[in-house]
Amino acid sequence: MGKAGGKKAALVLRLYVAGSAPNSLRAIANARALCAEHFVATRHELEIVDLLLHPEQAMADGVIVTPTLVRLSPLPARKVIGNLSDSKQVLLVLNSQ
Amino acid sequence: MKIQSPRPVVTKMLTGIQGFDEITGGGLPRGRTTLVKGGPGCGKTVFALQALVNAAQRTKEASVFVAFEESTRQIVANAATFGWDLPALEKKKLFFLDARLSPDVVKAGEFDLVGMLSVLEAKAKQIDARCIVFDGIDVLLSLLDDSVAERREIYRIRDWLSHTGLTGIITQKASAPDGDQRYSFLQFMVDCVVILRHQVLDGSAFRNLRVMKYRGSGFSADEFPITLTNAGLQLTNRGPTELQYEVCDERVSSGLPRLDVMLRGGYHRGSNVLISGAPGTAKSTLCGLFAVAACKRGERTLYVSFDEGAAQIVRNLGSVGIALAPHQKSGLLKMYSTRTRGPNVEDQFGDLRARVRAHRPTCLVIDPLSALSTKLAHVASADAAQQFLDFLKGEGITVVNTSLMDGLSTDEATATGISTIADTWIHVSYVVQDGERNRALTIVKSRGTGHSNQVRELTLSDEGVTLTDVFVAQGKVLMGVARWEWEQEEQATKKRTQVAADLKRLQLQLAQAEAAARLQVVQTEMEARSAEIAVLALATGSASRLVATDRAVLRKMRHADEEVGLATRTGAKGRAPRNGEGEVR
Repeated sequence: MGKAGGKKAALVLRLYVAGSAPNSLRAIANARALCAEHFVATRHELEIVDLLLHPEQAMADGVIVTPTLVRLSPLPARKVIGNLSDSKQVLLVLNSQ
Repeated sequence: MKIQSPRPVVTKMLTGIQGFDEITGGGLPRGRTTLVKGGPGCGKTVFALQALVNAAQRTKEASVFVAFEESTRQIVANAATFGWDLPALEKKKLFFLDARLSPDVVKAGEFDLVGMLSVLEAKAKQIDARCIVFDGIDVLLSLLDDSVAERREIYRIRDWLSHTGLTGIITQKASAPDGDQRYSFLQFMVDCVVILRHQVLDGSAFRNLRVMKYRGSGFSADEFPITLTNAGLQLTNRGPTELQYEVCDERVSSGLPRLDVMLRGGYHRGSNVLISGAPGTAKSTLCGLFAVAACKRGERTLYVSFDEGAAQIVRNLGSVGIALAPHQKSGLLKMYSTRTRGPNVEDQFGDLRARVRAHRPTCLVIDPLSALSTKLAHVASADAAQQFLDFLKGEGITVVNTSLMDGLSTDEATATGISTIADTWIHVSYVVQDGERNRALTIVKSRGTGHSNQVRELTLSDEGVTLTDVFVAQGKVLMGVARWEWEQEEQATKKRTQVAADLKRLQLQLAQAEAAARLQVVQTEMEARSAEIAVLALATGSASRLVATDRAVLRKMRHADEEVGLATRTGAKGRAPRNGEGEVR
């Protein structure tokens, strides 16, 4: 499924975090590990946005809690909240149609 | 964390919620956190919104509203029903954050509010907000599904509030008993706790508000009834227990001149007049008289009636010569009729308050007030009535209300207990006697005015309403035909007395005339005697002069040359000649 999506567009992810809050740090680590493990073959992008530095962006993107991982591409956009420790859940969302 | 120096005095933020600002002595604690807790439909969101809208409108303070439960659109729509134009405020004074998570968001691990708070902090700074509301925070936190994590996030909010110096309002649901347990620590954490309660008694809904805790400030800890009016939340204001009304010495006419006399000048302005009595005892008629008299003085008047249409009242009062229609036309008199069934008592009083505010009357009639309170034998309804009357008193409105007595009992107690706060209590009862039913009016009490203790008969006719003296004869109060008979008898007696008096006067006049005549006789007789005396004196005098003359002649004839003086004396004194006579001899 992931490969099917990879044909046309890359997997674009954005992770919203809040500075060095424990959950945020854990989420960054989890996201990176996840990408390395499951999307090596896919062309993927992982952008990390620190809300402490860019609060207006969170407002524009409708992010409430941190950390929040958003799949910007492929559409439809999907959101996962939490420190991404539940990788099964994260993969379900990222691979969903 | 470093220890912050304590803020010395609690400053407060007015909420604009009528009554709440009074019981808390100025509103919510500024720069501190208030928890508003309650079940669904209690008005938690309205409470918070009203505080923000008030701040924006009155003191031009900006605020942030974080909605975890409802969409911004829903909140704006709800606020519009209270006349709050949030979109207009939103431009400068209000920032809404729709903090709902869409249902398809997946949770994968623990999260926190660090990001959200930093976003809010930036926004608050940008618009210079003073107050922030977290509405329905439990919706978000329950997603954490971990009580330790939930607690951690709440403490995070508290620390954040304290650090930013914002006035915080956190609303929290309190319906589920376990949910209560879960967030019970919130109550200990915050500085002020307001509990809203919604209960149903006998099918009528009651909303209540109670301040459970207020650090650093006094407050009334009682539970107060609240209503949702079209101007927002409102405490059916009992306010502080200390009663402070403007007291007025002015009197207003009851519309019945004789009753004014009985009250030594009419009702006190701003007082509360209760007219109690059985059905058909002309309570409404007395109300009508009062209303018309008020309108004739040019005062705005509101006539509230329950379970009887305004048109019917106008017609019925017209039959006893009380014309309401012209005053309705002029706009001075407003009739408002409603059913007692329907919204709960609190809401009805809330509705009445709104109508009072709209029409701004100085005189008010509620006919009958007991209609509202008989519906419920609850303390709450009597409370509501009392609080409403308190409110009217605070506004300086003269109120005439009626209370229906059960059946024809002569018991003068009222179910509502409003008699205790009535300043003047007039009772109209039936007196059945000699096959007739007549109306008897008495003044049970009248604070601050002397009043007659007499029973008066109230009579209604085409010409109008009158109060008549009743007669007490052989220990019985006479009314109606019995009174009329008594009056006739009285008149006859009066006539008899009059005639007798006339006769006596004539007799006396006769006696007087006789005496006068007798006096005349005596006087005439006196005059006659006087005349006789005069005659006698005259006769004696001439006789002696004659003698003296004779003697003088005689002496002359004898050529007597002495005693000239004697002769002279003879002329002056009657007795001297006699002496001379003696000497001569």
